[in-house]
Amino acid sequence: MASTTTTADVAPPGAHGADDNYLTHEKGIASWLLTLDHKRIGIMYFCCVISAFALGGFFALMIRTELWAPGRTIVDADTYNQLFTLHGAVMVFLVIVPGIPAALGNFVLPLHLGAKDVAFPKLNLMSWYMWITGALFLISSLIVSAADTGWTFYTPYSTTTPTAVIPALAGVFVLGFSSIFTGLNFIVTIHKMRAPGLTWFRLPLFVWGLYSTAIMQVLATPVLGITLLMLIVERAFGIGIFDPALGGDPVLFQHFFWFYSHPAVYIMVVPAFGVISEIIPVFSRKRLFGYSFIALSSVAIAILSFLVWGHHMFVSGQSVLAGSIFSAITFLIAIPTAIKVLNWISTMYKGSIHLDTPMLYALMFLWVFTIGGLTGLFLSTMSTDVHLHDTYFVVAHFHYVMMGGAITAFFGGLHYWWPKMWGRMYNETTGRWGALAVFIGLNLTFFPQFIMGSRGMPRRYYNYIPEFQPFHQASTIGAFILGMGFLVTTVSLIRSLLKKPDAPQNPWGANTLEWTIPSPPAYYNFDKIPHVVEGPYEYADWEYDDKIGGYVRKGHQEAT
Amino acid sequence: MTDATAEAVHGHSGGHGHQDPIHAANPFLAHHFDTPRQQFEAGKFGIWLFLVTEILFFSGLFCAYTIYRTLDPDVFEWGHYFLDTKLGAVNTSVLILSSLTAAWAVRNAQLQQHRALIINIVITLLCASTFMVVKYTEYSHKFHAGLLPGKYFQPTEEAWEMPSYEKKNGPPPEGFLDGKPEGIEKAEKLITRGHPYKFDPPPHAARFFGIYFCMTGLHGIHVLVGMGIWIWMLVKGVKRQFGPNYFGPVDYAALYWHLVDLIWIYLFPLLYLID
Amino acid sequence: MTNLATILLFADEPSNTPTLGDSPFFWLPRAGSTTVQHVDPLFNYLMWTSAISLVLLMALMGFFVAKYRAKSRHEKPQGSTDHHTGLELIWSIVPLPVMLAMFAWGFQGFVALRTTPKDAYEIHVTGQKWKWLFDYPNGYTDDVLHVPVGQKVRVIMTSVDVVHSFGLPGFRTKEDVVPGRYTELWFEPTVAGEFPVFCDQYCGTGHSAMITKAIAHSQADFDKWLVDAGNKMDSMPPEQLGEKMYNQQGCAACHSLDGTPKTGPSWKGLFDKMETMSDGTVVKADENYIKQSMMEPQSQIVKGFPPAMPTFKGKLSDKKIAGIIAFIKAQK
Repeated sequence: MASTTTTADVAPPGAHGADDNYLTHEKGIASWLLTLDHKRIGIMYFCCVISAFALGGFFALMIRTELWAPGRTIVDADTYNQLFTLHGAVMVFLVIVPGIPAALGNFVLPLHLGAKDVAFPKLNLMSWYMWITGALFLISSLIVSAADTGWTFYTPYSTTTPTAVIPALAGVFVLGFSSIFTGLNFIVTIHKMRAPGLTWFRLPLFVWGLYSTAIMQVLATPVLGITLLMLIVERAFGIGIFDPALGGDPVLFQHFFWFYSHPAVYIMVVPAFGVISEIIPVFSRKRLFGYSFIALSSVAIAILSFLVWGHHMFVSGQSVLAGSIFSAITFLIAIPTAIKVLNWISTMYKGSIHLDTPMLYALMFLWVFTIGGLTGLFLSTMSTDVHLHDTYFVVAHFHYVMMGGAITAFFGGLHYWWPKMWGRMYNETTGRWGALAVFIGLNLTFFPQFIMGSRGMPRRYYNYIPEFQPFHQASTIGAFILGMGFLVTTVSLIRSLLKKPDAPQNPWGANTLEWTIPSPPAYYNFDKIPHVVEGPYEYADWEYDDKIGGYVRKGHQEAT
Repeated sequence: MTDATAEAVHGHSGGHGHQDPIHAANPFLAHHFDTPRQQFEAGKFGIWLFLVTEILFFSGLFCAYTIYRTLDPDVFEWGHYFLDTKLGAVNTSVLILSSLTAAWAVRNAQLQQHRALIINIVITLLCASTFMVVKYTEYSHKFHAGLLPGKYFQPTEEAWEMPSYEKKNGPPPEGFLDGKPEGIEKAEKLITRGHPYKFDPPPHAARFFGIYFCMTGLHGIHVLVGMGIWIWMLVKGVKRQFGPNYFGPVDYAALYWHLVDLIWIYLFPLLYLID
Repeated sequence: MTNLATILLFADEPSNTPTLGDSPFFWLPRAGSTTVQHVDPLFNYLMWTSAISLVLLMALMGFFVAKYRAKSRHEKPQGSTDHHTGLELIWSIVPLPVMLAMFAWGFQGFVALRTTPKDAYEIHVTGQKWKWLFDYPNGYTDDVLHVPVGQKVRVIMTSVDVVHSFGLPGFRTKEDVVPGRYTELWFEPTVAGEFPVFCDQYCGTGHSAMITKAIAHSQADFDKWLVDAGNKMDSMPPEQLGEKMYNQQGCAACHSLDGTPKTGPSWKGLFDKMETMSDGTVVKADENYIKQSMMEPQSQIVKGFPPAMPTFKGKLSDKKIAGIIAFIKAQK
């Protein structure tokens, strides 16, 4: 997408070694904790998000182990309830919501735009500190007496349970503002910091994905903030807004909560669409099919996502009229989603497909996300939803979308940008084995849950009738395979940091701006402001150079 | 791709000490912006987005207010007599005045009128302080009278002596507050004529004060944050940092301040002027 | 609170544990009500549509990967198509009527599920942590749902504490049970037999123990059962009635009979004991104390226990209260 012309010198005069990059530019812990560099903040987010992911995964394995047999297996009912609450809260608020935008997005977005940084670097660092604060609050509730409300905090359960709900709510409140500030930063960055020639329709689709996400973050999250604040006040003072014992309306809380939390589902998955839209064309060596349809369908999803929250409440006593409007709009969202899947598959038509680890994750994404999307139809259809509501069918559906969609895309993106982040290539074999284990584990964990759910198994059950046991056991085995997959992947990635080979500038032959600078990038990203003259998915000029193990633009030599 | 990449590595100092002509001329231009104009526009866009999130943040409370006022109009009718319209009006006027001086301060910053800038910021701060002092008086009255949210709602006799309550209903009959039988008898006669002289609040009366404290409390926190920002602007103003190429911070502070003002302009009639 | 759910589910009342039973369908449980017609055909339609779409899409993807897989890094793609307006319009427009059809079918079924017929037999349901109670028109209360086959049944539900959800997978219907308001659902059983009743909305420690059975009888059997059950309750000796209430009203969830303190004090040796309250006063646990604890539980909290007990005011007849007191007396 970049051209060979440059408009201005960015790099100031002065010399330093060729191994100077953003990782080595400054040293010491303070240089990280006080950094304003978007790449370092991205890396810090990444480390935190991965740690939270390990914690949430540990809770998940505890839950699955407990469900191996009916009755008590390893923990009692109260502990089990706290485990699934923490699993949900950690995975949603600490991992998936900030995962792709704050970790990968922070690193990649300014590079994609040819900018030196995001628009507000200090705000960016503050968002990270807010993440840390929120995480500490959330986890501190674990030490006192972890909340047992489920991540949805439904009233009046959440106003009456004796566990430490207020620290958990305060944590989520702060995390919400962290997310708002990231979104705000990204919107301004995308509007104001694009390199010359980088028009809206020359933007990589990852940027479009982050843009749609940011709109939802900015418009939906404040409502969550005030809702949680009201819930905190309700719990502390009993003001009678949500608590029916004081004349409040518990269903009002559900409306407020889902007004945020349905867009939040798309906050989690739309950036994943962006990652997949980057990976598939690069590894098919072909322009993305239907660029504008994919770009605009993200925006369409962002807008529609605000109008469908009521589909979480078909059995809450909501009127038939309200339910039918929410159901109809929900079906409309299925259309832009289907368009995306078809466009991605069409991109591969007559391509030159390379099955490197990122592409394996992208193909895996297509499989699991299609299942997740299609099973969504069962739940947006009102009459079948009545039967399936609050059963394992819903659990399986959203894990196929969140875990299968957002997390596989996150790992795909991670493998894709890993060489750029660290300047090291990971071992392709272990990467692929990890991906395979994740794929098998994911399907084995969650597919049996569809069967249990449609047969009536309610969600959040500590105990169950013995007829469900074979499915629970399959699911538990799957969860451990999934855990192994992530373990293999983590080991493989960490090993790459300790060992050579160094990554070439452009190992995949991509044509977005971050691949036109060294791996890892210099402190100031671009030495000269790039001037963009073409779209992001033009690969014709890139040729593979066996000597350096990466791609170089025709007629140019990469310095060694 | 830029072909300059390879050789460019050497041409890079990386530190914050680098100076190109534009950055050299503008000490407050952040390194990642190319021009003061780009920096200002990014900031302005950012603050507008932030104001949108603020409006949405308050909208949850306005929504709860609307729902419960529709459900229990008598609670709001009853509750608002305990709010002092005079004090509310004073607060409304000081905030409007401070919005004017805030807007004026932006103009001063653009035109490098350092003295006027400082005066305007100081007036803004004084108005904000007045607002908070009045707020404190109102709150402490309610604390003493037991007019508190939710489970702490335990009104004492002082509630009858609140100025606006007396203005509406006249003073309570002689002896009523001391619990003398003849006072209570008189009060009961008044009750039959529609005077609420018995401590018999409508069901869910506590909710009015729940919503009142949530809304005005959250707004008060915003005023406090705003005062912090204005103090920061004052420090920058005293250091004479603002000028035609760098007045963004004052502009953003003023925009935020206008929003805080605007929210109060909604809160005042919604809470104090119910009839 | 050791594994309360298991105790509730398997120890105290094994008879209340439902089974799914064999179903002719792989995906859906055995069906037993007319509402099934609004769910099952549509479910199967969605299932087949989804399965076919998934297979087609994945086959296409697999085919492209196999056919166009690059043999070396130097290989160039065979084509460069990056859009096809006709195709894109087709797959943007064709799903629309398909989606609308699904919506319309689901809407029609939903309206049927939510429109209660006028001549229905009414049963009141109370959800509480962690127990369902069913009140029949003759005043009899049971913790198992008995319904007559071939009769439209209207269920009117409310909760005394938190949100529950009354789920009947065999009858394909479900509705939240919300404190402070009434919700309702209806069904018409078609076959005699037993079906599971679940609580589908998370409600705390015993959420998974909040399950019971729905037993569909023929109309004649149902009428006979109802009369017998009502009579049996009336002629029961107080202590036995108290024991029934202990299990039925959910006392067992918090009060043990063996001396172990759970959420509330154990009933063993409780009667006439001197109890210290949270405010320091000492009260004798006599008839009045026990009655007041049931009617106004928050008025006297025994030291060391959370104020967790719901009120039973208006929910128990004097006879039942006397029965419970007699039962407590008997726990020496």
